[in-house]
Amino acid sequence: MSPRTSGSARAGQYLALLCYLVFLALPFLWLLSTAFKPARELGSLHPTWIPRDPTLGNFRQAFEEQPLLRAAGNSLTAALAAALIAVLIATPLAYVMARRRGRLAAAATGWVVISQAFPFVLVIIPLFLVLKNLRLINSLTGLIMVYAVWALPFALWMLSGYVRALPVELEEAAAVDGAGRLRTLVSVTGPLLAPGIVATALFAFITAWNEFFFALVLLKSPEKQTLPVVLTHFLGAEGVADLGPLAAAAFLATLPSLVLFAVIQRRITGGMLAGAVKS
Amino acid sequence: MTSATAVERSGEDRAPGGRSGKERSPGGRAGGPPAHGAWFLVLPALIPILVLSVGPLLYGIALAFTDAQSGRTEPTEWIGTLNFQDLLHDTLFWDSFGIGLLWAVGVTVPQFALALGLALLLDQNLRFRWLARALAIIPWAMPEVVVGIMWRLLYNADAGILNETFRDLGLGEGRDWLTGLATALPAVIVVGIWAGMPQTTVTLLAGLQNTPRELHEAAALDGAGAWRRFRTVTWPALRPVALAITALNLIWNFNSFALVYVLTNGGPGGRTRLPMLFAYEEAFRYGQFGYAAAMGCVMVAVIAVILALQLAGRLRQGEDER
Repeated sequence: MSPRTSGSARAGQYLALLCYLVFLALPFLWLLSTAFKPARELGSLHPTWIPRDPTLGNFRQAFEEQPLLRAAGNSLTAALAAALIAVLIATPLAYVMARRRGRLAAAATGWVVISQAFPFVLVIIPLFLVLKNLRLINSLTGLIMVYAVWALPFALWMLSGYVRALPVELEEAAAVDGAGRLRTLVSVTGPLLAPGIVATALFAFITAWNEFFFALVLLKSPEKQTLPVVLTHFLGAEGVADLGPLAAAAFLATLPSLVLFAVIQRRITGGMLAGAVKS
Repeated sequence: MTSATAVERSGEDRAPGGRSGKERSPGGRAGGPPAHGAWFLVLPALIPILVLSVGPLLYGIALAFTDAQSGRTEPTEWIGTLNFQDLLHDTLFWDSFGIGLLWAVGVTVPQFALALGLALLLDQNLRFRWLARALAIIPWAMPEVVVGIMWRLLYNADAGILNETFRDLGLGEGRDWLTGLATALPAVIVVGIWAGMPQTTVTLLAGLQNTPRELHEAAALDGAGAWRRFRTVTWPALRPVALAITALNLIWNFNSFALVYVLTNGGPGGRTRLPMLFAYEEAFRYGQFGYAAAMGCVMVAVIAVILALQLAGRLRQGEDER
């Protein structure tokens, strides 16, 4: 920021950065540490950062205690389907929002903004009743529909930003060359948008994979529940948890999100800014 | 969920490809979607939005004026504002409401200060910047449930590292942070700050990178110190972004659920029972759908006030610029 910074100021800056790194990283390192500690060490009065006797036993025990694989399968199904549906229905609308003015585009933009402030309480009760009438309560299909709509505001925001970043001249040139409108969309706009669509889909996948509240309310039978809901079962009725397996399972549940997020992080930040560019 | 709107006003020319919005077609021209085909493009998204988002919201508001209950056989009836009158005298709800405000402000304000500090650092040419950026991914990408579980391990009275550190430093035996009446809310607020830091930081950083560099250099040449440069150059440029992300954070925090559900489930003795937890229990444990919907309406009203205040702030600021 400043053209010249004195040595002592620099040192202060590095010290501050170090404090931030510690604050951000330590909780996660502690989770890792707990996940690899044997039960004996977890019960000891003086816990240490590095497990003295690291073990994979917690991971095995986690799979024995709770149906993690089934839950992961449910989460995967819900997140994949929701992400696909979300980008499938969002892309055309985002295109219209980006390329046309008019009441429709304005209404869509307004909904995107307002939906940021939606209190879930006010939506979840009617959603519960609506899905119950459609016989979609306690079913992954119902949850997928909710997740897809829930991912839409962000998807619309990102995608319309990506569309705006594409030069209109390309589409015009294709039209001059005699391509029909549908053909222009499919063979010119589509491929150029593909990276943005993939990033948006991955983000929708992560949000659905991580989601807890809707899954808690809408799924009742244990064999349908998703990973975050099953994780809370480790906490037990009195909140007395079996720490080792709990940490192991929590760590495993985070891995997909972490990996995918690392892949798309730059695109998401870029896309948010691209979506922000309004005339 | 996203900080999208936060950067609304920050970017001028930051779209990939560096085009500004001016070049877009006004519609109906060759590049735009066909006029009669727009509905065909819009409908696939419009129907789900109406059925699963706009509809339920209106339905929810209507429910607040009924005596709807779960699993009742008699038909639901309109009862006017009875729910709201009951709510007015429900001290438990207002306690919870106060806790919710305390939590939302207690998380948002320190989080903003910390995130601003980190963003300013990351805007500098420091080494290990990449490490901070990489670490910032962790809280952002993690499921909220896992964040809660992780901090429970940290706060754990016996096996947690926090109490062990206290013991090592000779600061006493430590305590049971999440179940102590006095410590539960502050402990939960710290987790809230940690969880939302990355998004706020990234948004503010994007805003910082849009501040005019030349002004900085000019101010520095004129002998302005770091604090003065921040106040006169950086802050005016950053203000719209800062206002937007703060308002969004307040809303998101006020509506938050999973984190506290996992950490304390509202305990001890309701000390961390956020309004969302309260309404959830009312609706899905006691089956009072109408009453819980009324609570939701009150929460929306508060959010609307926050948004209005923010909008007023923006307008005032717009006048200042003229």
